[in-house]
Amino acid sequence: MAQTTPAASPVPVGVGAGVAVSTPGTAHRRRRPPSVASSDPRSARLLSNVVLVVVGLCFLLPLGWIVLASLDASATLAVRVPEDVTFANYSAVMTPEQTWVPLANSFVLSAGTGLITVVASVLAAYPLSRYRMRFNKPFMYAVLFGTCLPITAMMVPVYSLFVRLNLLDSLPGTTFFMAATSLPMAIWMTKNFMDSVPISLEEAAWTDGASAMTTLRRVVLPLMRPGLAVVFIFVFIQAWGNFFVPFVLLLTPEKQPAAVSIFAFFGQYGSVAYGQLAAYSMLYSLPAVALYVLVSRLSGSSFALAGAVKG
Amino acid sequence: MTSVTAPLAPAGARGAGPVRPRRTPARRTAGRLVPLVPATALLALFMLGPVVWSFYGSFTNAALTGPNAANPEWVGLENYLQLLSDPNFPKAIWLTVLFVIASAVIGQNVAGLALAMLMRSAVRPVRAVVSTLVVTAWVLPEIVAAFAAYAFFHADGTMNSLLGSVGIAGPDWLFEHPMLAVILANVWRGTAFSMMVYSAAISEVPPEITEAATVDGASAVQRLVWVTLPTIRRSISTNLMLTTLQTLSVFTLIYVMTGGGPGTDSSTLPILAYQEAFKFAQVGYGTAIATVMLVIGAVFSVVYIRSLRPEVD
Repeated sequence: MAQTTPAASPVPVGVGAGVAVSTPGTAHRRRRPPSVASSDPRSARLLSNVVLVVVGLCFLLPLGWIVLASLDASATLAVRVPEDVTFANYSAVMTPEQTWVPLANSFVLSAGTGLITVVASVLAAYPLSRYRMRFNKPFMYAVLFGTCLPITAMMVPVYSLFVRLNLLDSLPGTTFFMAATSLPMAIWMTKNFMDSVPISLEEAAWTDGASAMTTLRRVVLPLMRPGLAVVFIFVFIQAWGNFFVPFVLLLTPEKQPAAVSIFAFFGQYGSVAYGQLAAYSMLYSLPAVALYVLVSRLSGSSFALAGAVKG
Repeated sequence: MTSVTAPLAPAGARGAGPVRPRRTPARRTAGRLVPLVPATALLALFMLGPVVWSFYGSFTNAALTGPNAANPEWVGLENYLQLLSDPNFPKAIWLTVLFVIASAVIGQNVAGLALAMLMRSAVRPVRAVVSTLVVTAWVLPEIVAAFAAYAFFHADGTMNSLLGSVGIAGPDWLFEHPMLAVILANVWRGTAFSMMVYSAAISEVPPEITEAATVDGASAVQRLVWVTLPTIRRSISTNLMLTTLQTLSVFTLIYVMTGGGPGTDSSTLPILAYQEAFKFAQVGYGTAIATVMLVIGAVFSVVYIRSLRPEVD
C-alpha cells in the first residue's frame, strides 16, 4: 500500500536539495551518454548543453526583471542592469500599511490554514490508515475527486454561499475555506506518511491499555514529524501564494493578505512605480521560495511538492 | 457522508486496533469514525456545499446588489439558455480549449519532456542552474509570476526591447496577441512540474533496454519513440491529466496579464465566470458558467481517477 499522492504522480518526483533534477544513472551515463540528435555523443552533448543554456536564458529573463527592477532607481518594464543600484524601492514599500500588515495577514491566513488542515487530516488519516473499514475506499475516492476539482470554478458559488452564511470578509471564514480546499491533498499525503509508520509499535501500546488517540499522539505522531512538517509547509505555501480566494472573499484592505494588496498596488501604481512593485514582489515571494527549499531538503529526493503549489 | 458500515476488520496487520472487548462491532466502527468528523464536516461545508449551491444558484437570477441579491428568484433554465445565445460563451470555451491544449497538453508536456531528456546529457552546472531557474518560475507565488510575465510581454517590456535590439519593432503582445502571450506565460510558469515528473520517470527506465536498442542500431529518435515513451506512458497520461486540470482553472495569470481582454479576446471560462458575476453583477449567470466548468472538471477527474484505480485499491 505504498501509494504516492495523486498530484505527485505515481512515480516519486525527484527534486533534490538545491532543486537539481536527480539523475541516478550518473556513472552509467558517463560511460555512454545517450545522444539526442546525432550518433556522435560529444556533439550531441554539446548541443544539449547549448539548448539548455538558451532555454535557461528564456526562463531567466522574466525572473531577472523582478530582481533587477527592484534594485533600479528608475526601473522600466524591460529587464536591464540598473544604472544606479539602490535599496530605495525596498525602503519605500517597507511601511506597515503597504507591506507589513498584508504580510502579517498572509502569515495568519497561511499558518491558520496549515494548522487546521494538518490537525484535521491527521485525525482523518488515522482511522483510514489503521482500520480496515468498508468506508475507507469510498472516502479515499471522494478525497481524490476533491483534489481534482477546479477550485477556481467554485469561487462564484462560494461567494454567494459566503454571503448567505454571513462569512464574507471574515478572516476565519476564509481560513476555514482554504483549509477545506487543501484537505483532500493533505489527507492523501498524511495517510501515505502514516502508512509507513509500522503498526507493531502501536500494538504494544494497545496491549498496555492505551486508547487510539493516546497512541496516535504518543507513538505515531512523533515518528512522522518530518512528514507532518512537509504537509504543513506544503499547505502553507499554497495558501501564501493564493490570490483568487482572498481576492473574492476578503473585501476590507486591512484584512487582505499580501497577494491581494500587491494586486491593488499594481492597479494603483503599477504603471509608474515598477521598482517598488518588484521590491514588494521580492519581499512577498521570499518566504515561499525559502520554504520550498526547506521542504525539498526535508523530504529528500524521494518526494516533491508537485501539483498543488502551482494552483 | 455517514454510510457507516460495520465491517469486522479481518485480523490483518492493519485491522487490529486497540482492544475494546466491551463494545459491539457497530459501535466500535462508529467510534473509529469519530476522528473523521472534522475533516468530513469541513469538506461537506466548503467543498460539497459550494458544488450543490452552484447547481442551485445557476437556476436563479441572483445579482451582486439590489433586490435580486437578497431574494433571488427561481428562473429555471434561463441562465443556461442565455449561455447558448451569448456569443462570449462559445468563444470562452474555444479559448479555454486553445489555452489548455497549447499551453498544457503541448507546451508544458513537450517542453517538460524535452528538458528532462536534455538534462540527462548536460554537464552538471548547466543542469543545476537551468533546473533551478525552471523550478523557480513554478515556485513563485502566482501573482508574482504574472507580474513578471506581464512585464516581459508588455509593449515596453523585455520581449520588445530584445526585438528592438535586433531592429524589429515588436507588436503590443498583450493587446494584439493576448492568447499567445498568456499561453507562453503559462508554459514558462508550469513546465517545471512536467519536467520533474518526466525526469523521475525517465531515470527509472532500465538502461539495459536503451542499451540493447542502441546495439541493435536504433537511432536516438527511434529509441525515444519505441523505448522511452512506451516505458513511461503511465507518467505521461497522469501528467497530461494533471496539467490539464491545473490549466483549466488558471485565473490569476490571465487576469493580471490581460484582464481577459482586449474585449473578451482572452477570456477563458474562469475569467468569464468572474466577470459576469462581479463586473456585470450577474451572479446567477456567472454561477451557471461555474457549473459548466465544474462539470467539465468532474468529467476529467473521473477519467483520471479511473486510470489511477489500481493504485487506490
